[in-house]
Amino acid sequence: MTALAPPPAAPGKRRPPRVRPGSRPWFRSRFRFRKGGGAGKTMTGGWIAYLILGCALLVSAFPFYWTIVAASRSNADLARVPPSLLPGPNLMKNFEAVLEEADIGKALLNSLIVSGSVTLGTVLSCTLAGFAFAKLRFRGRGALLTLTIGTMMIPPQLGVIPLFMLIAELQWVNQLQAVILPGLVSAFGVFFMRQYLIQSLPDELIEAARVDGASTARVFWSIVIPIARPGMAVLGMLTFMASWNDFFWPVVALSSQEPTVQVALRQLGGGYVNDQSVIMAGTLLGTLPVLLVFGLLGRQIVGGIMQGAVKG
Amino acid sequence: MSPTSTAKAGPRPARIGSGSGSGPGTGPDDGPAAALRRSWRKASPYAYIAPFFTLFLAFGLFPLLYTAFVSLYRVELQTSGDMEWRGIANYTALFTDEYFWTALRNTFTIGVLSTVPQLAMALGLAHLLNYKLRGRTFIRTAVLLPYATSVAAATLVFAQLFGRDFGLINYVIGLIGVGPVDWQTGTVASQIAVSTIVIWRWTGYNALIYLAGMQSIPHELYEAAAIDGASRWRQFIHVTLPGLRPTIVFTVIVSTIGATQLFGEPLLFEGSISGGISHQYQTLGLYMYEQGWGFFHLGRAAAIAWVMFVLIVVLVGVNALIARRRARKEAGR
Repeated sequence: MTALAPPPAAPGKRRPPRVRPGSRPWFRSRFRFRKGGGAGKTMTGGWIAYLILGCALLVSAFPFYWTIVAASRSNADLARVPPSLLPGPNLMKNFEAVLEEADIGKALLNSLIVSGSVTLGTVLSCTLAGFAFAKLRFRGRGALLTLTIGTMMIPPQLGVIPLFMLIAELQWVNQLQAVILPGLVSAFGVFFMRQYLIQSLPDELIEAARVDGASTARVFWSIVIPIARPGMAVLGMLTFMASWNDFFWPVVALSSQEPTVQVALRQLGGGYVNDQSVIMAGTLLGTLPVLLVFGLLGRQIVGGIMQGAVKG
Repeated sequence: MSPTSTAKAGPRPARIGSGSGSGPGTGPDDGPAAALRRSWRKASPYAYIAPFFTLFLAFGLFPLLYTAFVSLYRVELQTSGDMEWRGIANYTALFTDEYFWTALRNTFTIGVLSTVPQLAMALGLAHLLNYKLRGRTFIRTAVLLPYATSVAAATLVFAQLFGRDFGLINYVIGLIGVGPVDWQTGTVASQIAVSTIVIWRWTGYNALIYLAGMQSIPHELYEAAAIDGASRWRQFIHVTLPGLRPTIVFTVIVSTIGATQLFGEPLLFEGSISGGISHQYQTLGLYMYEQGWGFFHLGRAAAIAWVMFVLIVVLVGVNALIARRRARKEAGR
């Protein structure tokens, strides 16, 4: 297992030191050689590269644009040939319809509660466990770590039936904790935090604190947390997105009485609503929050995936 | 939370056990307080892994192991407390159900249709993203956008685009003279449509992973290859691909697991739990859901889950074998 060594810098800082924006006009490229780059690092991409990438961007972005178009038109508009490619005037009307028919408002709130709790809980428990696995010695450490990492490759769907029986036994069906508590179990998170701390937390720091008489709790609070913060942020972002978009388990454990956004979208697509433009409006509402997060933190998320996901 | 008080970051280091009445004559390192401190030192790591492991055992490990057990019983959803021993009857019922074999075949074809083009395109995309480009960060972020959308949202939008009569895709291919394709009822067509959703969502993500792998290949290798007169294409074949091998194996395995688990796309493509009128794009994941939460046979569903798991283990094993043999061949040259 060799993960890419992330420098102990902020997440997403995997590029060379940038010239500060403003000191160089945007249209002038930086001619600089980079160490440790790939073949193209020193070569500027030609127009063909731009062309293909442009097509890729179009394909990536078009469905979003189309969602906006379809959500702002009437159903009659969508059944017209040729289809119109420009947004229409019906967006607000469709939003109102979808808030009535699928309770998207409640779903958004529930998703926020679930994803927020799952993110906080996961980051906290994985940082604690990751720190113990990275820096503390205790009996059974290797075995427990192997057990944790061993389940990383096992698809969660394998355990879905007993999990459902457990939830049913606890009378938790249709309650948010049914989605929150199982969501906190992230073997990947423990692995990720462990790697992060091994790479960015020198043993000398801990030893120095120990010599000064600090307890483990004290070390954790005043040394580990500040150093782990960038890693925690990356894990938090990835967890939030995964939790927000989680589909199988919420569909099984919740119903339309207590939906998350994904469950509400499932209701929309399940034939209860026949109005295509209303369905698209619901899709748009359900996707907006994640797109917002992505717009704000996209660069960090890219960095996080690039440093966290590569495990050769 | 750790049971000890989390001391506020003050100027003076807090000492555990201070204030326990150590009378005159007792040194700093003996007496009950010190013994307690020592044993706490030994035990405290467990306090750090306790929160995770409590949840992990209850909601992670236990269900995984219990599945095999449940699959040997008759368990109905409404009365999941009552379990009736059936032995391997769940499995025999499964293997005599034609829809199981349909789902298995669909899972395989949709898996291949979605994984192969996806990874090939991701590789090409990563190569391009590795160039020095203007607005590189922006492009990388934009390529990852589909990954940020949920299965549900993406599927609903694509279901609309793939509409038979008024879908945009049929309109566009109509312009170049291809007749309207029935993306919902045609077997091959519907599988291609479902695969398209998967490809759209995951290509950018895999491209970024390949890109990270490419950036960890030492620059000197390329320089040496360039000095030897290797063209860019040959550099890609002889430097980039071998350097990416572990990453490629990793993505193949992850994508295989993902393809075997496909559920949201076929469920929402039309909204029926049977995966089309003639089950033409019902995957194993959807078949399991139909048995468990459509027909209420949890025991049967557990058997399907177990079969899926064995299938994944076999597929991953085959992948790993191929990778190892190829690596050995390379080394033997």
